[in-house]
Formats: sequence, C-alpha cells, structure tokens
Amino acid sequence: MTRLVIIGAGMAAGRLLEHLMAEAAPYDITLFNAEPRGTYNRLMLSPVLAGETTYEKIVTHDEAWYATHGITTRLGERVTHIDRKARIVHGENGPVPYDRLVIATGSMPFMIPLPGHDLPGVIPYRDLEDTEQMMALSPGREAVVIGGGLLGLEAAAGMAARGVRVTVVHLMDHLMERQLDAEAAALLKSSLEARGIRILLGAHSEAIEGQDRVEALRLKDGRCIPCDLLCMAVGIRPATQLASEAGLDVARGIVVDDHLRTSDPSIFALGECTEHRGALFGLVAPLYDQARALADTLLGRPSAFVQRSLATKLKVTGCDLFSAGDFAEADGREDLLFHDRAGGTYKRLILEGDRLVGAVIYGDTADGAWYFDLIQSGADVSGLRATLLFGPAHEPVPMPRCSLAA
Amino acid sequence: MMDGSALPTTRSTCPYCGVGCGVLLSPDGAGGLTVRGDPEHPANGGKLCSKGSNLDETVGDALNQGYRLRTPRVHGAAASWDTALDLVADRFRETIDRHGPDACAFYVSGQLLTEDYYVANKLIKGFIGTANIDTNSRLCMASTVAGHKRAFGTDTVPGTYEDLDEADLVVLVGSNLAWCHPILHQRVLAAQQRRGTKIIVIDPRRTASCDGADMHLKLAPGSDVALFNRLLARIASDDAVDSAYQRHTAGLSAAIEAARADDARVTGLSEAEIEAFCDLWIGTPRVVTVFSQGVNQSTSGADKVNAILNCHLATGRIGTPGAGPFSVTGQPNAMGGREVGGLANMLACHLDIENADHRAAVQAHWNAPRMPEAQGLKAVDMFRAVGEGRIKALWIIHTNPAVSMPEAAAVRAAIAGCDFVVVSDITGRTDTARFAHVLLPAAAWAEKDGTVTNSDRTISRQRTVMPPFAGAKADWEILAEVGRRMGWVDAFSYAGPGEIFREHAVLSGIAGRLGKDFDISGLAGLSDEAYDRLAPTRWPVTAARQGGRFFADGGFFQADGKAELLPVTWRPPAERRAPRYPLRLNTGRIRDQWHTMTRTALSARLSAHLAEPFLDLHPEDAQRYAISASDLVEVKSPTGQAILRARITEDVSPGQVFAPMHWTGDTAPSGRIDDLVAGHVDPVSGQPESKAAVVSVARYAAAWYGFAVSRARPVPDSEYWALARTTAGFRLELAGSDAHGDWEARARVMFDLPDAAVTSVTDRARGMVRLAFHARGRLEAALFIAAEPVAVMRDYLASRVGQDPKGILLGRATEDLPDPGPVLCSCFGVGVKAIMRAVDADALSTVDAVGRALKAGTNCGSCRPEIAALLAAAKTPQTAN
Repeated sequence: MTRLVIIGAGMAAGRLLEHLMAEAAPYDITLFNAEPRGTYNRLMLSPVLAGETTYEKIVTHDEAWYATHGITTRLGERVTHIDRKARIVHGENGPVPYDRLVIATGSMPFMIPLPGHDLPGVIPYRDLEDTEQMMALSPGREAVVIGGGLLGLEAAAGMAARGVRVTVVHLMDHLMERQLDAEAAALLKSSLEARGIRILLGAHSEAIEGQDRVEALRLKDGRCIPCDLLCMAVGIRPATQLASEAGLDVARGIVVDDHLRTSDPSIFALGECTEHRGALFGLVAPLYDQARALADTLLGRPSAFVQRSLATKLKVTGCDLFSAGDFAEADGREDLLFHDRAGGTYKRLILEGDRLVGAVIYGDTADGAWYFDLIQSGADVSGLRATLLFGPAHEPVPMPRCSLAA
Repeated sequence: MMDGSALPTTRSTCPYCGVGCGVLLSPDGAGGLTVRGDPEHPANGGKLCSKGSNLDETVGDALNQGYRLRTPRVHGAAASWDTALDLVADRFRETIDRHGPDACAFYVSGQLLTEDYYVANKLIKGFIGTANIDTNSRLCMASTVAGHKRAFGTDTVPGTYEDLDEADLVVLVGSNLAWCHPILHQRVLAAQQRRGTKIIVIDPRRTASCDGADMHLKLAPGSDVALFNRLLARIASDDAVDSAYQRHTAGLSAAIEAARADDARVTGLSEAEIEAFCDLWIGTPRVVTVFSQGVNQSTSGADKVNAILNCHLATGRIGTPGAGPFSVTGQPNAMGGREVGGLANMLACHLDIENADHRAAVQAHWNAPRMPEAQGLKAVDMFRAVGEGRIKALWIIHTNPAVSMPEAAAVRAAIAGCDFVVVSDITGRTDTARFAHVLLPAAAWAEKDGTVTNSDRTISRQRTVMPPFAGAKADWEILAEVGRRMGWVDAFSYAGPGEIFREHAVLSGIAGRLGKDFDISGLAGLSDEAYDRLAPTRWPVTAARQGGRFFADGGFFQADGKAELLPVTWRPPAERRAPRYPLRLNTGRIRDQWHTMTRTALSARLSAHLAEPFLDLHPEDAQRYAISASDLVEVKSPTGQAILRARITEDVSPGQVFAPMHWTGDTAPSGRIDDLVAGHVDPVSGQPESKAAVVSVARYAAAWYGFAVSRARPVPDSEYWALARTTAGFRLELAGSDAHGDWEARARVMFDLPDAAVTSVTDRARGMVRLAFHARGRLEAALFIAAEPVAVMRDYLASRVGQDPKGILLGRATEDLPDPGPVLCSCFGVGVKAIMRAVDADALSTVDAVGRALKAGTNCGSCRPEIAALLAAAKTPQTAN
C-alpha cells in the first residue's frame, strides 16, 4: 500500500484525514504531531479560556479515533528533517519512509522582538498550553495583550471573563482593522470597555520590563502598564523550517499549486504553512477547502483549490461581529449602512455593481452566513437592494409609493 | 364606534353637509362623546356616513388639546373678552364714523346656526347699515338661489327627501352624491333595490356615484345648459309638455326657442347618449333631477339651474311625489343662512333688499336705525374691495377664505393688508386666523345650541351636550355683545337662542304676509321649553299649512303667481384652454373629508382614506407630460401654483384633471387648490367658477421624497408636505428639490427630538436614508427618504408609533405583524389588505359577505362600491387561471 506521512495534526490535517477515511483511501498513513495530542478545534480555545467550555469537549480526533481508522500516530514527536532523496521523514524517535508526504506544520505566532520579550510570563496565544497559562491567572491579577486583532481580543475577553484586569495595546487607531471598519470597531471597543477591558489605541510598545518575570509593558509615550502576564497576539508566520531545510520552494510560506503540490511532486503542503498564489492563510475556511482539494489530489481525482472570500466571527460572547469579503472603499463600490448606536448594532454591506462583495456586521450577526453565501456566489442582488440590510426573509412585494389608498 | 346606549342621550344634528342627519349624542362625562344615527330623524332614519360616524374622533381632547383657542387674542396676545369685544366694537364704530358703513363687512359661513346667522345679519344690515355680509354659501349655493328666484320668485326647494325614495329616475347633475351626501345616495340606492329606480349621472368625471348607475354622461365641463336645452327641445318636439300645468308658468315658448337654437354637440356626448338620456327622462314622469356644485360653481351656474328648472316646469314634474328639481346643499346650514338673509343680495326671511316695502317691514321689526337700499358686495367682490382698501374692518366667522376662495393667494394678501380683521373660530390654526388682529374663541358643535335647516327645508335642533371649551362663547352671544357695545343695547339683549328664534319666526310671518314662501310664524310662540324639545320640522309652518311640497298646483312667488321659464343659452367657461395652460382643472371633494378639514382632519379614521392632496389625470396626459403614478406634479394656472400627487386614472377625460379642495396651510400648503382658481363669477349669482380653471402640469423635479410617522405633530420645512392624523400620531408625505443635507439633524428639528436615540439605514448612492427615533424602547418618529417616491407600507408604519421600534426601518410588515393596508371602510377602520386576506381565506364573494365577516361597508355604505371593485379585481385572475 502507498505510504502517506502527514506532519502536523492541526485542524486542516484533521479534515484531510476525515476525507481520506470517508473515501477509504488506499494509504498506509503515519501522523506526526509535535504537540502530545491529536486534533482539537483550535477555534474553540477562546471559549475554553472564557470558561464556557472545556478542552475535552473541543477534541475532534483522539488516539481512539486514529486506532479505529488504522492510522499510525507519532504524537508528541517532533520531525527533525526530511530526506527527499530517500523519501524518509526523520522523527525524534526514528525514521518513517513515505511515498507521499503532506507537510501541515501550521504557523508560528509572531513575537515582536521587544526588549524583554523572552521573559517568563510573555506568551503568544496559539495552543492549549498558552491558554492554560492565561487560565491560571487569578481574578484581580493584571494582564496586557499586545494586538487588537481577532486573537488578541479573544484572549483579552477570555481573561476578563475570569476576573483578570486586562489592557489591550493596539498599534492602529481602531481594533481589528483588517476585518472591521472604524464604525464597527468603535462599537466593539465600547462593548469590550463595558466588560472592564482597557483599550489603548495608537499605542506603540517600547519594552517589556521585569526582573525574573514580566512585570510591566512600557510604551513609547512613557506610560507603563504593570502586568502579571503579557500575551502577544500580533500575527502568525507560516512554519516553513522543515520545508526550507528540505530544499522545497518557500516564499513567505511553502509554495503550493492549485493541487496543493509543492515543488517536489511527492510532497504536498496544507494549511497555515502554505502560500498559494501569493496568499497566506490564517482562517479555517480556506484550509478546509485546501483539505478537500488535497484529498481529491491524493485520491487521484481532478482537484483544484480556489481561494474564496473569507468570513470572520469574533468568538467573544456578547460581542457579535461578523466580517466577510472586501470592504475597502473603492471606485464603483457602494455602501448600505444600518446603524443603531444605542442598541449597539451596525451593518455595512459593500456592493460592487449588482454584487455583494463585503459585509461588516456588529451586534446582530444572524444573517452573516446569508451575506457570506451571496458574496461567495456572486449572485445579482440588485433586486434585493431595498431589503438586503434586513436579511433574507423579505421577498420583494409591491408597496404603496404615496398616501393614496388602493 | 362604541355602543353608547347606556349613557344619557341627546338628539342633535350632524355638523357636516346639507343632508342634516339626526344624531344621538352620549357624552361620557370626560370630554368624549358617543355618536349614533338618530333612527327617528326623517333625513337619515338612523344611518350616518363615514364623516358623521367618526364625529367621536373630533371632539374632546382630539379637538381641544393644542388646537382650540382658549382665550380671545388681540394682536396675537391673550386678552380678556372685555378687551377684545370693546376693541371690535370701537374699531367698527370708528370705521363707520370715518369711512361710512360700507367700509365694514362680515364674511360668514353655512356652519353658523340660524340664530347666530340671524344676529349677524341684523347687526350689519340694520345697525351697522351695510349689506356687506356674504357667506361661504356664495361658493356653494348662490347659483341655485339665483335660479330659484328667477324661476319661482323666491328661493324655494320644491321637493322633499321622500321624493328620492319615490322617484323612478334620479338624475345626478354635477353631484357626487355617493361621497358628498352619502346618506341621500343610500336612499337612492335603496329605491333602486326596492322599486328599480334608474340612476343617471351627468358629470365630466367618473365618480363613485357612477357605480350602480344606469348611465353616465361624461359631458364637457360647463356644457350642462346645452344638454338640458336639448332635453327641453325634445320635450317640446315629443309633445311631452304638460299643457295643463302651463297655466302656472310664463315664458315657455321663448325658453323652447332658445333651447332649440342651442347646440348639444358642445357637450362632447354622442347623439346616441344624448337621445338615450332624453328618452329616459321624458319617459319617466317620476324624475328627480338632483344638482349640486357641478352646476352651481360656474359662470353659467344660474343658467344651468334654470335650464334644469325649465324642463321640470315644462313637464309639470314639480312638487309631486317622486318628481322635481332638487338642489342638495354642501353645508349644514346653507339653507338657514338663506332663510335669515345672510347673503349680500338678500334681506331676511327671503325678502328682497331692493324692495322698499320689504325694507320698511324689516326695519320696523328690528327697530333698526338704518337699512341699506342696495345689495352689498358678494364674496369675490368683497375680498377685492378688501384688497383695494375699500373695506377697512372685516369680521370673518367660521370660514377659511384664505384657502377656500378663488385666487386664494390674492385673498390672503388682501386679508393681510386689511386695517382691522376679526376672526371668530374654534381654532387659531386656520390659514385665515393667522391674519386676525382679534381672534375670538367660539363654541364648537356639541357645545352650541340652536337650529339648522337642511336641503329639504327641515329645521332641526343642534343641542348642547357639553360646556363650551375654556373661554369659548356662542356666536350669537359674541355678535350680540358687540352690538350692545356699539350702543344698540335693546336690539341685542337676547336671553338665549330661543328668543332669537322667536324673533326670526315673527319676522317670517311678516314675510309670509308680504307673499314669501319662508313662513314659520307657527313657531313664533314656542316657549323656551318647547324650543328645546323642537322635533325636526319642515317649513313652512303657519296656521294654514306645515311642510309638504311646493308648486304642484302653481302658487309661485313671482308678482303674477306664475313660474318663469327662462330662455338660456350655453356659454363656455370663462377661462379658455391655451397652449400655456392646456388642461381644464375640475375641483371637488373626497369621501372622508369636509371643507378645509378643520374638523375631519382631527379624525385618524377619516384621514386614512386619501391622506394627501392629489391630481387625477388621464393616462394619455400622463404620458404626454411624462408623469408616472405617485410622482408629484407641479400644477400652474394664471393665478397660482400647487404641488400635488399624481393619480393616473381614466375617471377623468383627456385634457381634464381633477383635484380635491380640502388641503390648507395646516395640512398641505402646496395643496391649496383654490390658489389655482381664477375669480370669475356668474354674472347673476356672483358664484365663482371653481371647477373650470385652466392649468399646466409638469413633473415636480424632486431631489428627494420622504414619508414619516410620528407621535407628536411634526413641523416640516419642505416644498411639498402633507400631514395627516393617525391613531397613534401623525403621518407625513414630504418632498423637496433642495440638497439632502444632514437628515438626522434635519429630522431632529422637524420632530423636535433633540436627544432621542436613533437607528438609521443609509444607501447613499441611491439617495436612501431611513431614520427611526426612539425613547424608552418606544418609537417616537421615523423618516424614510428616497430619490423616488418612497415605497413603504404606510399604514403599517403608522401603526408602529409608540411601539417597539425593532424592524421599523424595513418599512414593511412582516408575517407576524401583517399590514392592514390603507383604510377603505372609515366607519370601522378596515383596511384593503385585511379585506383581501378575508376574501382569500374565507372565499368571500359578495360585498354583503365582506360586511358580515369584517363589518366593512355595513354602516354608511359609502365604501361599498370600492369593496365591490376589490372583489371584482380579486376574481379576475382566478378566472384567468
């Protein structure tokens, strides 16, 4: 049987295995994972942090599942290098030969090289261990989160929910600038502030201070924010080291074609470690698309990974926000706005011609999926324009246009 | 529409049209009133139309709060009655001394009770000494008065309402009876059911009265004389003249000769239509020809009346059961006003101002210091004299000439420039009241006490069921106060309306002895108690006779006792269509409003039917002028302009447009239709030609359109707006040609909501903005702006005011909150969509079935034609499937 080795047991690899098992793919599979566990839903770490669920409930593939499906696992074992010539993957505990190899090493959190960034108590927000460190803070302790993006705000909200006094330090002048416009970001900021989270915008970090452990973050304007823990959530970098060392084409990520094939025809890459047509990936939806495409490739079927618009949801209870597609202002684009300052609801839909190309929603995200479908399908929405902001349940009906009856 | 049967009940009379329906009023003790039809009143037998049925919405808080005058106002400031009345008396006295009595004038109203009217007429004619008193009846009835006088020698309505029950043919000439006198129309329809009465409508426009009619003659505007001349010529050639009756008439040959010389082709009707009309009329001895404003409001109005009277006189079809000419009046007391002589060309009790014996008799009865020897100025001339500064002291009572007169813009300028203007009214919000130097708060209907006379000479009591609001006084009392303060204490010291009525009745006996028809001397001895109890009584009331019909056996009031058939010849309307003004503007009324809406606009149910001013135009004209349905139209005439909503309909003929006349500066300033009407008058009656202006139309270049609902009364600032009441507040149509600006800021000013929370929807590229203002979780106001006429469910939105604002900006109902649709049945507040849902769900197929299910159409019945039209429309697609 063809030997398939997969490096990494993140969500994309988990999805790939699901597809292969469902189709009874004729592969002898070995799965490496540096973390000592199988696949869990990383997106649900924030609810775990907030105390809304537990780790056990977010595991999607455990040892039993692998055993049932006849998958050999090398969990908690790091891969040291790939020998392409011999087609052998070398793990810490020994080599495994392959006919086909999938690199799904994911990404590394980016740590700003501030003075003191290596002090104990300075962590990223990436995995269960990071989550557990944050969960260990007792109520009344102080934490700083650098980064007002999706992950940073989830970390901040999760800690705040546990009674930790949290300050978010963000370089830009509004939160989640990649997903939200200024109006929605302002609503989000008010809502987070209402939960006791302090938010500093346009704040430049200068140094992390502390003797044996983090004690404070100092800003360029001289302000000093004391903290017991500092979480840096300023972005991720594809984990490409193994691929580079194996001599594969690597730009910012491991370069793959539409079939997820790397520069070596026997080696594929999947997930946040990849670069496809110049793009990197940080959200789960395209990774699931990649997993589907790669499964097809491995099954010998026609396959193609196509990048589609992205949708984001912030997983902070009570802060319902949704962002999808492209919402930059540009010629030929028209906005539909719904705004309820008192009720904390905001919607902005971005039209290009007759099509919906972007949506930003804050407050009531129930219709997010519908907008996302419209964005992805490129459907003509000109006939829905009058009711588009109010969601899908409104078929056009003739309505009076003046106050003259019948 | 509560059942008020448990409450103490008083009989009274409806304050609206000239049908004069009896009502049963049950005050609830808290300012409210339950209103039901009086089953014992001969005019209505218990029925009421939509307007009468909704009188409960126009009393109490709806009328009084923020609307009624609380005290007299002098130069805009609150003043005591003494100060105000002394000023009025001083200024009239001063005007007489400096400029003579003819520098004084009263402009009064068919809403005055007979007793009020009597005192006004007595004060100005007998004491101030001028005949410059005219009334809004001039705009309504004057041509009929003139026609009656020319033919009969006096202003007599020969028949009674029973004639409508007993006729075999009813011809409606220039009368939309179904909407303007619905209870009479119901009587005609009942006769149609009972005895197969045929109905012919003669009107340039298709109206609701055409539903169920056997024939509709869509004649050219103003061509009635030519049509009735043809009828008279056919009567002659068919030997249908009642030769025996002609011993009571004079002038038949000359009238026939003139009729034969006229050309019926100017009617625009086909020869077949005209012949069919003549055949039916001539072949039906029991024929009643009902006529109203379409006849009267014309420069040939008096001739039209005489052309109709000629036909009835020639055939002797007058004064017998089911036969006769029948003028129906627009006002509750137009007839009472005519009786007391409240017109510039009459004296009192149908006596003639030019007749020295008559003058002497009246002067003696009044013990009056002077008496004018010539007619005074009729309405149009009166306001021209005001404009020219010849009239220096003007008292306007219960009427709104600043909007209702032709050339209304010029009338406003004239009143604004007058040295001294007194206005008596229940509210200071009328377009006219704004110009008053002295504003006097008058008692309103249900507070007042006196009599009115309806279209068939029936005198009915209006009775007091609630005390006058705040500082208001009865009109007779105000007039008498001024008379006394001018020095005529004895002549104006009345203890109450009963005493005035008796004085009037005594005078009518003098008139009777001088050979006049109006004689109620039989009521001259009524005690105050008997006056209070007076049941509806048709005049005359003398020792010799009471009520009944006139002229079946001659007995006319000309010197020779004969009726005069007048030779009349068709004349076109005064204004000619020309390339600059290519369309003929017809004006009229709508079902649920009355006059300038000072009372009906207070009712949410009445305001829902047609909630903004509009222009009906034919599809061909709409296409020619590039106007689409619901566009706004700029209408221009040589005298003024208006902005109205377009309704495209084949009800009007190509080249003709129609607009209702109800809107004012308080409800829709750009919809003041009488700004467009030139002041041409009938040479005999002085009545203006309100239905034949010439206009141009063009699509109004709106930069934006708006619709709003609000709890409190908004103060709009746009070029077009139209405001209407709703149950929860107000609804407002808006449009402007100005730049959009900051809508939120503008709306906060308009609604006076500086701090309310706001929810907004914006589609800037399409010019769409929607704003909902709310406080404590309740909707205060919502504004919907669009580049096109705003497409939203208006009735649904109006119902959401004061409710949870959620979802309001969608602008339409959702499944859990269905839209009632525009109100069709005003009596029970039933909407079009509610009817359609019931029709679908319960497979209703008849108007009666709809009535059983929803009550719609079961009270006044005036919406029954519209329900029938809905049913017909609902059936069509089903058969097609």
